[in-house]
Amino acid sequence: MDSAFLIHRLQFAFTITYHYLFPQLTMGLAPLIVVLKTLAIWKNDDKYNKAARFWAKIFGINFAIGVVTGIPMEFQFGTNWSLFSRYAGGVIGQTLAMEGVFAFFLESSFLGLFLYGEKRLSKWAHWWSAMLVFLGSWLSGYFIVATDAWMQHPVGYVTLPDGSLSLSSFWSLVLNPWALWQYCHNMAGAGLTGAFVMMAVGSFYLLSHKHIEQSKLFIKVGVISGFFFALLLIGPTGDGQGLNLAKHQPAALAAMEANFDTKNGVGLVIIGQPNVETKTIDNPIIVPKMLSFLVNRNWNSEVKGLDAFPKEDWPTNIPLLYYAYHIMVGLGTIFMAIMLIAGILLWRKKLFEARWMLWILMLSFPFPYIANTAGWMTAEIGRQPWLVYGLLRTNAGYSTSVSAANGMFTLIGFMGMYTVLSLLFALLIYRELEHGPEPVTASSGEVH
Amino acid sequence: MATLWFCIVAVMLATYVVLDGFDIGAGIIHLFVAKTDEERKMVIRSVGPVWDGNEVWLLATGGTLYFAFPQLYASSFSGFYLPLIMVLWLLMLRACGIEFRAHINAPVWKSFFDFLFGFASVLLAIFYGAALGNVVRGVPLGADHYFFLPLFTDWRVGPWPGILDWYTVLSGVLALVALAIHGAHWVALKTEGELNVRTRKVAGVLWPALLVLTLLSLVATLSIRPELLNNYKAAPIGYVIPLGVLASIVMMLLYRRKGNDMGAFLSSCAYLTLMLVGCVFALYPVVLPATNPQYDLTIQNSVTSHYAMVIALRWWIFGVILVIGYFVFIYRMFGGKVKLDGSGEHGY
Repeated sequence: MDSAFLIHRLQFAFTITYHYLFPQLTMGLAPLIVVLKTLAIWKNDDKYNKAARFWAKIFGINFAIGVVTGIPMEFQFGTNWSLFSRYAGGVIGQTLAMEGVFAFFLESSFLGLFLYGEKRLSKWAHWWSAMLVFLGSWLSGYFIVATDAWMQHPVGYVTLPDGSLSLSSFWSLVLNPWALWQYCHNMAGAGLTGAFVMMAVGSFYLLSHKHIEQSKLFIKVGVISGFFFALLLIGPTGDGQGLNLAKHQPAALAAMEANFDTKNGVGLVIIGQPNVETKTIDNPIIVPKMLSFLVNRNWNSEVKGLDAFPKEDWPTNIPLLYYAYHIMVGLGTIFMAIMLIAGILLWRKKLFEARWMLWILMLSFPFPYIANTAGWMTAEIGRQPWLVYGLLRTNAGYSTSVSAANGMFTLIGFMGMYTVLSLLFALLIYRELEHGPEPVTASSGEVH
Repeated sequence: MATLWFCIVAVMLATYVVLDGFDIGAGIIHLFVAKTDEERKMVIRSVGPVWDGNEVWLLATGGTLYFAFPQLYASSFSGFYLPLIMVLWLLMLRACGIEFRAHINAPVWKSFFDFLFGFASVLLAIFYGAALGNVVRGVPLGADHYFFLPLFTDWRVGPWPGILDWYTVLSGVLALVALAIHGAHWVALKTEGELNVRTRKVAGVLWPALLVLTLLSLVATLSIRPELLNNYKAAPIGYVIPLGVLASIVMMLLYRRKGNDMGAFLSSCAYLTLMLVGCVFALYPVVLPATNPQYDLTIQNSVTSHYAMVIALRWWIFGVILVIGYFVFIYRMFGGKVKLDGSGEHGY
């Protein structure tokens, strides 16, 4: 592997992975803040406004880091992937430009109003500003997913005489069937992060006997929404995404499942370490015939294994793909279990006394981040060796004019910069958690 | 249609420069005009609710450039690799300076973020000016439409240029002064009292420098690329642009003397817009000139297909109407002078 190619891949992988830690919370918290603002108006109780104000502060810090780490993403298509941009820009530039015009302007304009304007606005106008921030952040999610979906499953394009692509059908691009499932699945994942973070903060306060009223509210909103999102993840959206894979990227699906040989009645590997050389799985735990059922709704049907595809079309890193996928699915199952137990306890009005469960809720907030990251790794590593599936190989898309050393210079720079951002973020969030949702003494954060 | 999209990208870029220009400008003068914590808070508040929206114009322009002129996007972004990534880092630092300053009420913390805001704004202005200088001067594009420029070589405008040479540094300094004045006009418009007096003074001190640098860069541009006059010769109506630039400089002086902050601010908006229009008019239909003119990137050889442009025009017009609506609404909401009302409106 040419080392400039490797550096360009590493930089994109690093910056996008780091970036997405923040938008998933932005998109996850935005609807919950709208829920809190709605409750405040509906029940005419200021405790919901207090909660919304507290979460707006967390949201603001998180949003700022999301914005600053997001700017490089749009530019790296050109800086590090110029041959790809030249090839496909006529198509995916559209969705990226639409994200700017329709989503970012909406989000940034009304976020300022939402964060700075509560006193100037009527309660309904403030509700609307929260609503529009929510809408903007979810729209932005759609345009990005549609961009990725086109790389996974290119539609609505024509090849121009010079070999590059151009848009031929706007609506096929925007309503790519791949994008619809991927979007729902992804947004449910983001929602889950928001719910788990809210539950974790609530549990933290309740376990420390602080902000009792607010902590119960956080847990309640978190558990109800988390249950809903976990159900969506495992149920329709995960299944729909899997069927998309079976239909359009069977080689990726085979690698994710470590299914080496084409046969009938294939089992589903739950745990085990795939060995690509010997085409076997070490220490396997397998549910018999399950994969055949999931893919074809028929226990004895045939599922294509990796042997059905030429080796140069196999995903380039099968073990990593396999683990990313299994981590995502495994965690998803655990989330469903946690939410089921928490939901039952909440329903029986026993959750706030069940300290063991509060400990679990408090400590499990990192796992949705891991699952979301693993999910995106599954999608993008599964797409390899293609940059645009079936059309352009990844090694034909990077900027050949940018040398490995120049790439490494900026990669190191990004790593340093993001380390500083992480420290800043941790410090500022810690301070907000320490202040808590109730108005405190004069030492509280001063405004600008 | 290609020309229309070229104009759209140019207008979006000009909007970005005018809007983000004033908050970058506010950053440039921040450390010099605002002495006390109160004053610094006021400078930051004057841009606080709007800077992010202003910066979105950069993203939207980038996205539009991406789909409308994929070859231009691919060539220029990879060719200007190092400075572009550094601009991204500076944008990050600046955003931290604005957003995180108020979170911890300690003098050392605030001073640090004030410095960050000022420092990043100064360098950004210079980089933007230098970038424009590079586009006007031309870059060593090859037959494959790609190039790569080191940050600097021998600082000369020769066959082996770097991003920085005497010409692009001159453009950088001009941009620094122009955005500083623009920012000063904005802060003056948004503040009262001593801060207002001091920002007007800064604008006054910088004014002669702006006049001299503008003329100097005009002379320098014509000496390194005399062919840039061709479009003006072909369409003499174009000469109104440089006249307009001069008029806007004079208006800045007159309005400031009269104490009309709004007039001064609008004059510097006009100045920045006309400077860009002047460049674009001179370059057209070239979008990225090459050292060897046969490899110039032009509108025709970098544009996407007709269908894509037609369909994009529909959503673009719809989108921009919405955006104008948001901006009018937001600027009216936060209109008037910045006030520090102590008890504090809820911010973050």
